Amino acid sequence: MKMKKRNPGSLAAEIIGWIVAVSLFVLPFLFVAFNSLKDRRGANKLNFTPPDVFHWENYVEVIRNNRYQILTAFKNSAEITFFSLIVLVGCSAMAGYIIQRRRTRVTAAANKLLLVGLMVPVSILPTIWLLRSLNIYKTLFSMVMIESALNLPFTIMLYRGFMDTIPTELEEAAWIDGCNKWAVFSRIIFPLLKPVTSTVIILNAVTIFNDFTNPLYFYPSNANVTVQLTIYNYISQFQSSYNLLFADVILITLPMLLLFIIFNKRIISGMVSGAVKG
Amino acid sequence: MARQTASIQKAEASIYSYWFLVPAFFIFVIFFVIPTAISLYFSMTVWSFDSSTFCGFDNYKMFFSEYALTIGIKNTFIYAFLTSGSKVVLAFLIAVFLTGKIRTRNVLRSIVFFPNLVSTVAVGIAFKAILHPTKGYINQFINLFGLSSVDWLGNRSLALFSVAAVDIWKGLSIATVIYVAGIASIDHSYYEASSIDGASRWQTLRYVTIPLTAASRNTVIILSLIGGLRSFELIWTMTAGGPGFASDVMPSIIYKQYTQGFFGLSTAGNVILLVMISIVIFPLQKLLSKSEEAMR
Repeated sequence: MKMKKRNPGSLAAEIIGWIVAVSLFVLPFLFVAFNSLKDRRGANKLNFTPPDVFHWENYVEVIRNNRYQILTAFKNSAEITFFSLIVLVGCSAMAGYIIQRRRTRVTAAANKLLLVGLMVPVSILPTIWLLRSLNIYKTLFSMVMIESALNLPFTIMLYRGFMDTIPTELEEAAWIDGCNKWAVFSRIIFPLLKPVTSTVIILNAVTIFNDFTNPLYFYPSNANVTVQLTIYNYISQFQSSYNLLFADVILITLPMLLLFIIFNKRIISGMVSGAVKG
Repeated sequence: MARQTASIQKAEASIYSYWFLVPAFFIFVIFFVIPTAISLYFSMTVWSFDSSTFCGFDNYKMFFSEYALTIGIKNTFIYAFLTSGSKVVLAFLIAVFLTGKIRTRNVLRSIVFFPNLVSTVAVGIAFKAILHPTKGYINQFINLFGLSSVDWLGNRSLALFSVAAVDIWKGLSIATVIYVAGIASIDHSYYEASSIDGASRWQTLRYVTIPLTAASRNTVIILSLIGGLRSFELIWTMTAGGPGFASDVMPSIIYKQYTQGFFGLSTAGNVILLVMISIVIFPLQKLLSKSEEAMR
């Protein structure tokens, strides 16, 4: 990187880049944020002006709406995300480890199955039928299992890809020193997988927390409602009060925005390394 | 591999036990493979969850004869190819820009990457307001130039394309991430060599960056096509398939048939979607990996 000379063209390009980035990606966000802080009449004009008076009470109102439904929703979504992540990390790390280390017909077939799983859409009604037959339809358990099953192929691929970079000497030495196969995995391999585990957690947490379709089908009814279903239901409820609808949008985006600001480097490098292997 | 002796294979079998595969594949088979397999049967029935009657290919015949259903097949293909194609090109240009020599690169990257984290439903709600037929700011902007407002989501021939545009907006972000990763992994010596040879910026782009990002491009093509063919959330929050059936795609039809109680028909839709994805993705994957090999 010794050629650091700057030509006048690059400054112009940079300014154009900023104009495009701001108008495409920042303005929509500002528009929603501004209108979430106006009163009802002001917000319904859908104008692109900052609010004259900041109506923070909009946020109090959407939090209190339907007996604090949004808080219940946050709790439900957090539970689904948390338990799915545990299942995904545990199962995928083990599977990715074996598929990469052992090249046999069994692992080749397992790998093929996962590749097909990456593209095949969920068979929705047969899945509901199966869950009903097992008496686990509309339960937290089944929702966790489904989110796990759907995200397993991609997650195993990430772990398998990362295993390529870990030399086999360590586990061979541990094996010769008398570690059993579980100890080799849990004490030697799993700690070495830490970088890809954080990528896996970031990518899956976002996917599962933001998922709308699967809870819509597999986790309906009011008590189980998740964040994305709640916000979807508010579209009709707050049809004529954009201030409240937008306050809701900001409310569900805020946690992600905060995480993004705090862990910016980690998240971006996580996405980038996930992208390389994906 | 060939010189492995029997004893090493035995040791390998005991360190790398197949038991490690069991938890993942148990969950995957029960909750994904089995439902997919039985969907073939249920797609040929008239059923509620409690009882089913076999009806042969009637559901499939209906899918290809009813206008409200066939339009979904057509729209799904239009939507997928349009969004995927646009992402492949636009995201590449953004990624080239974001890996270039600019001072505020990291801030700009953050701005472009952030939509990855916003939920599709939230994006749908925001853009539905932004595209509002009279008050939305896109129309107000157009009005500044003396042009009349456009009913982006209410116009039959436009609705699908308006949603597709928002889909491109949202999807650009992940596609850009993939390209940025690809460009960042290109060995600097290629660029040094091309600058020593006196290549212009355009030539460097054409003969270094484009060929050496083939793998990333193929990933973007495949992922965005699969995503586009399965797209549901954005269409459902923005138009719910309307006006009429103008922006209905397979996944929205599957959902509509389900809520109306036509379970067999809905499942047939699911199987048709599976076939649609397979006939696009499998040959394409073969073709792309072949061309990737050829470029090396």
